[in-house]
Amino acid sequence: MSDPATEAIVLEDVHKRYGEKRALDGLDLTVRRGTVHGVLGPNGAGKTTAVRVMATLLRPDAGRVRVAGCDVRTQAQRVRHRIGLLGQHAAVDEELSGRQNLDMFGRLHHLGARGAAARADELLDRFGLGDTGRKAVKQYSGGMRRRLDLAASLVTDPEVLFLDEPTTGLDPRGRTEVWNAVRSLVGGGTTVLLTTQYLEEADQLADRISVIDSGRVVADGTADELKARTGGDRIDVVLHDAARLDAAAGMLRTAAAAEVVVDADRRLISAPVTDRMAALHRVVRALEDAAIAAEDVALRRPTLDEVFLRLTDDGNRADDRAEAAV
Amino acid sequence: MSTTFTWAFTDSWTMTRRELAHWARQPVQIVVGLAFPVMLLLMFGFLIGGGAGVEGDYREYLVPGMFALTMAFGLDATMVAVTQDLEKGVIDRFRSMPMFDGAVLVGRAAADMLQSALSLAVLIGVGLAVGWRWHGSFAAFLGAVGLLLLFRFAMLWLGIHLAMVAGKPELVMAVQILVWPIGFLSNAFATPESMPGWLGATVEWNPMSATATAVRDLFGNEGGVTSASWAYEHAQLLAVLWPLLLIGVFFPLAVRRFTRLSR
Ligand SMILES: Nc1ncnc2c1ncn2[C@@H]1O[C@H](COP(=O)(O)OP(=O)(O)OP(=O)(O)O)[C@@H](O)[C@H]1O
Ligand SMILES: [Mg+2]
Repeated sequence: MSDPATEAIVLEDVHKRYGEKRALDGLDLTVRRGTVHGVLGPNGAGKTTAVRVMATLLRPDAGRVRVAGCDVRTQAQRVRHRIGLLGQHAAVDEELSGRQNLDMFGRLHHLGARGAAARADELLDRFGLGDTGRKAVKQYSGGMRRRLDLAASLVTDPEVLFLDEPTTGLDPRGRTEVWNAVRSLVGGGTTVLLTTQYLEEADQLADRISVIDSGRVVADGTADELKARTGGDRIDVVLHDAARLDAAAGMLRTAAAAEVVVDADRRLISAPVTDRMAALHRVVRALEDAAIAAEDVALRRPTLDEVFLRLTDDGNRADDRAEAAV
Repeated sequence: MSTTFTWAFTDSWTMTRRELAHWARQPVQIVVGLAFPVMLLLMFGFLIGGGAGVEGDYREYLVPGMFALTMAFGLDATMVAVTQDLEKGVIDRFRSMPMFDGAVLVGRAAADMLQSALSLAVLIGVGLAVGWRWHGSFAAFLGAVGLLLLFRFAMLWLGIHLAMVAGKPELVMAVQILVWPIGFLSNAFATPESMPGWLGATVEWNPMSATATAVRDLFGNEGGVTSASWAYEHAQLLAVLWPLLLIGVFFPLAVRRFTRLSR
């Protein structure tokens, strides 16, 4: 059973359908208080649907959803007091200025006229929007709008903050700014749930990551655990002479922990290994003994991209094949 | 409980301020909105001339009808505003905040009523300028204005509900066409007696006709109509009952629909 004192978000077997489409299909998720949790998934995986359910915008068909200790169905209003939401699409009034927006949200959070005005100024300064004056938000750049949106979701320091693809469409500088803002929040004890398609983003910010696909979690853990799960370290060997590929692949198979991949075009052999350095020594020595010239031998960890593709792509390919066969 | 009530009021006021802030940024739109009914009034009053079946001064007959028609066209304005609003991402933020559920709609309602009251004031001014007069007491004048705004209030909730049912702007366009029959199948321009029987009956029972007849009566603008139908005889009663019925049905439907939006 989950413990509300340590868990900021708990989803148990959550379902949500749009007609025939199962957007969420038995989603389970647990996020500890004061941590950043990354939700990774390809387009259509159900990330936005999950966020909208947690932020009380969408009613789940089945399952249990608790946010900050409150049930989203029966205690929606209490949940709303405790959360901040940065949706996938801008959720500010484009016709008004940034200050007018923040002032309005402050009033709606019942900070009072003076409190709301002071909070608006503070947030505008903090997000570098202090000198935008009366300019309507529709005249802002994409980055400014995103920062205003983020500021709007922080009007009352929320216990739990949802960020749905917070940096999509931002340039590297804008992205870094958002990342820094998120990091400083977590220092203050906020729990952050962040969806993203950028693996680097999850790697940079998230304490734990859930990979979701077709509305359910296909893997979760820390970035390191996920990398380890798909085979751990690998040795990549690039040969000088393509004719020796078979011989070298045979040797690598004896050192490998799992299946060896041969890419003939790039004269590359890639083998997963468990005992990093020992395997490297063995491979290099064996290549020398057999007089096989290598252009490159590298020991590396899988990138999160590989993990992601591997975890989410298998199912899709199976679907594609099934469709192609029809 | 009392704090909940205070918040409902505060939030509604915040949302009304939002609408007013929009006005401040779009003065041209406001002026155009106010000018349109004036243009209609002048067009029907001067270009088109007399109305079928109207005896006496046509402007005496027409001007109160135009007041009612302007209130009916408010339906259109409300539907457009609601659809545009619901398309906006900011609605998601409102709905994720611990605010009073109905505040967004109350803000819309307050702004639209204010706009219509302003529009009515301008029209009364223009009406007086082109020779229309009211002949009753000041209390009757206020009563007429009250009935017009009550009718507008009914159109408001009908409009909010229809806009949410239609959902997409394309569908709202289709629903907007509905305003024309309400507006023109009424006695705003011509008397029901001048129309074929079935049409005349439809026109007489049109809620807008009830309002138009009732305010003509209160303003003392007879226009020489001598109908003895029940709807005509009881126009003032109908001008109260019709809007109350529409509000009674569509206000709860609209609020319910909004709170369940996309859930
Ligand atoms: N309002 C809706 N009506 C019908 N289907 C919907 C609706 N919203 C989402 N879906 C479907 O549900 C699935 C999950 O959508 P969702 O938006 O949650 O995905 P996502 O992971 O956020 O994708 P993206 O990375 O593109 O933002 C998709 O197949 C989508 O087509
Ligand atoms: Mg999404």
